[in-house]
Amino acid sequence: MESDKSDRLVSNQKSAQLEGLLERLRKGDQIALAKAISLFENDPELIFYLQGELQKILAQSKSHIVGVTGSPGAGKSTLTDAYVSILRREGKRVGIIAVDPSSPFTGGALLGDRIRMKRHFSDDGVFIRSMGSRGNVGGLNDSVFGVIMLYKLYGFDYIIIETVGAGQSEVDIAYVADTVVLVLSPSSGDEIQLMKAGIMEIADVFVVNKADMDGAELLKMNLETVLNFSEVQKPIVMSVATSGRGIDELYQQIEKHRIHLYETGEISQRASRRMKKHAETILDNRIQSILQCIDSNDVNVMVNAVLDEICKSRFGDL
Amino acid sequence: MGSRKIRVLIAKPGLDGHDRGAKVVARGLRDAGMEVIYTGLRQTPEEIVRAAMQEDVDMIGLSILSGAHMSVCKRILELMDQHQFHVPVFVGGIIPSDDGEQLMKMGIAAVFGPGTPISDIVSKVEEIVGQKVSE
Repeated sequence: MESDKSDRLVSNQKSAQLEGLLERLRKGDQIALAKAISLFENDPELIFYLQGELQKILAQSKSHIVGVTGSPGAGKSTLTDAYVSILRREGKRVGIIAVDPSSPFTGGALLGDRIRMKRHFSDDGVFIRSMGSRGNVGGLNDSVFGVIMLYKLYGFDYIIIETVGAGQSEVDIAYVADTVVLVLSPSSGDEIQLMKAGIMEIADVFVVNKADMDGAELLKMNLETVLNFSEVQKPIVMSVATSGRGIDELYQQIEKHRIHLYETGEISQRASRRMKKHAETILDNRIQSILQCIDSNDVNVMVNAVLDEICKSRFGDL
Repeated sequence: MGSRKIRVLIAKPGLDGHDRGAKVVARGLRDAGMEVIYTGLRQTPEEIVRAAMQEDVDMIGLSILSGAHMSVCKRILELMDQHQFHVPVFVGGIIPSDDGEQLMKMGIAAVFGPGTPISDIVSKVEEIVGQKVSE
């Protein structure tokens, strides 16, 4: 009971700190935004303190959430950088969350997405936050939900989430983003790879990046063939992120999808899908922390007792 | 989940292109369980301070081999004052010992010369950040 009490005290202290930061970040203070993100990152459940008036602002927010995913080295960061330049040209303010993997052994991480986004470092209208995945296996970090809310409160027009380099099944971004951009590059495999379930299913916009390389046209053809199997026609954009080729078209396609979401009302489905995933993540973490609290010796004793019972009932006393 | 991680920004200000040292340190800190944000070559002090602010790092590590350490460090400390954002800064690279002393007087938290074992850098970073957190 003692520890329960002190936990709550810490939370109260944290919530007071958070309240102050929220007030400052809503006035445009980037240091407060950065500190609030750290609080959420270290304790994703602080989200419960965003209530009342803040919830109303969040519900009205029209910030568009773009997810950028794809295999390591496909060009996600470079493409994001180029896309942000166009958004800035349009006068939009952009918040970026760039996730890279944390070590399963030490918990450390080398976060290198910023290297590709240098040209926006001194722009007040762009905020970049790098994150380690910290044990999340879906390609994100558990605090992305909270950071999205902070970005919305700050007032970014576009929120871009770059996932870890995704293989075939890191698909959580599909539950988080309004528009999912899947970045492919030549030599990402044959037609069968494109037909597999998982990441190929979640894209709203496909990008064949490094389109100046051999195999880009073949990849596009294969992709077209595979996409023809489904009823919904999804766009394919050919791009060279390093030179800016195709980025205008990428911007147009994302806009088209954004408008489509609002016209069909699908935008609210995506929002509720995001909320559900968030609730699931919180629940998962709670269950895990309960499991971690149980003494493994106790578990062994319990499991052995149950196994003994089962054996007894089936085989009688041995 | 829920645990605090030490976050460090490793940056290379100035025009020289030798980033092996910065990469070795970044990798070493990563292996010690820290989150290391590596920003790459040729960063201006303004870019470094802004990145550190957005990333809310606990410490900044600068790798400087060009001889510009005095002016670069001075500018970075000035900019942190301007933004009222203060985190400890350590410097590595080719720093003459007299200059190293000067830098420490100026407010740099640690200076590491060539040949410093990674374990020394890790424990110094942990010590400095530990002091800051407990304050």
